[in-house]
Amino acid sequence: MVAIPTHLLHSAATLDNDEVRRIRNDFPILHQQVNGRDLVYLDSGATSQNPLSVIEAEQEFYEQRNSAVHRGAHYLAVEATESFEAARETVAAFIGARSDELVWTSNATEALNLLSYSFLNASLPGAPAESAPFALRDGDEIVVTEMEHHANLIPWQQLAMRTGATLRYIPVDDAGALDLEEAARIIGPRTRVLAFTHASNVLGTITPVASLVDLARAQNTLVVLDACQSAPHMPLDVKALDVDFAVLSGHKMLAPTGIGALYGKAAHLNAMPPFLTGGSMITTVTMEKAAFLPAPQRFEAGTQRISQAIALASAANYLTETGMARIHEWETVLGQRLVSGLSALPGIRVLGPAAGEERIGLAAFDVDGVHAHDVGQYLDDRGIAVRVGHHCAQPLHRRLGLTATTRASTYLYNTTDDVDALLEAVAGVRSYFRV
Amino acid sequence: MSLDALYQQIILDHSKLRHGEGLASEPAPVGASCGESHQLNPTCGDEITVRLAVVDGRISQLRWDGDGCSISMASASVLTDLAEGIDTEELRQLIETFREMLRSRGTITADPEVLGDAAAFEGVARYVARVKCAMLSWVAAEDALGQATA
Repeated sequence: MVAIPTHLLHSAATLDNDEVRRIRNDFPILHQQVNGRDLVYLDSGATSQNPLSVIEAEQEFYEQRNSAVHRGAHYLAVEATESFEAARETVAAFIGARSDELVWTSNATEALNLLSYSFLNASLPGAPAESAPFALRDGDEIVVTEMEHHANLIPWQQLAMRTGATLRYIPVDDAGALDLEEAARIIGPRTRVLAFTHASNVLGTITPVASLVDLARAQNTLVVLDACQSAPHMPLDVKALDVDFAVLSGHKMLAPTGIGALYGKAAHLNAMPPFLTGGSMITTVTMEKAAFLPAPQRFEAGTQRISQAIALASAANYLTETGMARIHEWETVLGQRLVSGLSALPGIRVLGPAAGEERIGLAAFDVDGVHAHDVGQYLDDRGIAVRVGHHCAQPLHRRLGLTATTRASTYLYNTTDDVDALLEAVAGVRSYFRV
Repeated sequence: MSLDALYQQIILDHSKLRHGEGLASEPAPVGASCGESHQLNPTCGDEITVRLAVVDGRISQLRWDGDGCSISMASASVLTDLAEGIDTEELRQLIETFREMLRSRGTITADPEVLGDAAAFEGVARYVARVKCAMLSWVAAEDALGQATA
């Protein structure tokens, strides 16, 4: 019998507080005091923190290999280009894509705007014939959901406004669940684009992707998946999900700001008109016109975010080594602890699924009689960082009869102690504000 | 800097009592010159509408409707108490003094002789993210005053 090394046995096991405390040692920022208390960081849904390996990957690039990519024949240019393209392979593999199907963007917002503007360009007079499948016109429909982040709503509003297409949305019920019967009625032969979030940044729900993709596949509909809250927190395979496009933001998955990605099926990307144009995305240029490279370079005009892409690959490696299934499992534990603990407190209304129902590791809640901004201030005084406001989802808040909520969101570096610190603090909010 | 210095008792009281709340509760005085301004803080969604009535160069009435945090609601309530009865120039001066104090990052000590209950917002000046909350109704009043005296 072959003995399995202890560290391998350990890495396969479920995450627990002891393992998470070891993980925390990789994150320098977590080891500080805020307002005289140990920092409790519960705002990873907004932006996550960076492990030292990611910070060092970016620093190492600037110290050893900094140069512009895809140009120049010197040593550093070659090193930078190879690192940049290796990073693309790593991040593509992380989401189950091929590297020529992964376009670097600044963030998910830019990736969604890239799609929206590319489709707009396809809709303009004189657009190349191959881009016809992406053209929208009067009578066409774009469908989103009522729970979308503004980033996956406003680019589609703008596209509809400019092309004459109609924007429709799949409603949510009082508990925040998508109305799939209504979805089946809304998605029809006119539906050209269906864009929805994989996991809600407010409700914590996981969208039934397969059901929606089935509805889209019955029509001639392009499916766009906002994976901002799923790619960092659970295993993601865009091929298995069979979506046409997916977007993510690096800063929500242990990487720096300024880097994100668009996944698109190669046949789509190579037929779509470019969004930004300029250097690095062309083949032949005359004073009158230009021909464009295939994807992904087709969508990467100008000098790219090189160190950030390399840092994002380093982050993807960190997550893969830790194990996405383990991370998802642990955050499910934290999410359930959040929702059951918060729901048990008087005057607290948790948005989204009840305790025991599926949710990712976050919970947004309303404190009766106390505005979210005041809740956040009270928690900050105790060293607890949360997000307050509408979380870039005003229509969803309006649907649920609220203007602002408080959101605690966890990641692989949060212990159950972090959740308990939040619960204890929230329990004192209403009495502090004399409610 | 303790939380209690931010949330002084006066602020918590005003956030509950809310003097002047209710645009519809009382119409503007007949013959008054009126201005109305809606202000929104897009970062947190707080919003307020302030209506201000001027008669013979004095603020005869200030009414508002709003939705927001305790700082923004208390600030509107305190503003109502301070504004009603003073003349338009005094209100302009008061708004400027309040703004200077809030933007000072705590370097200007609020004078209760000048600012009255609004001096209680001194602690807000140390919380840069909350300055907009305290200023929201005052900015609305400034805009409404400009309309009423145009």
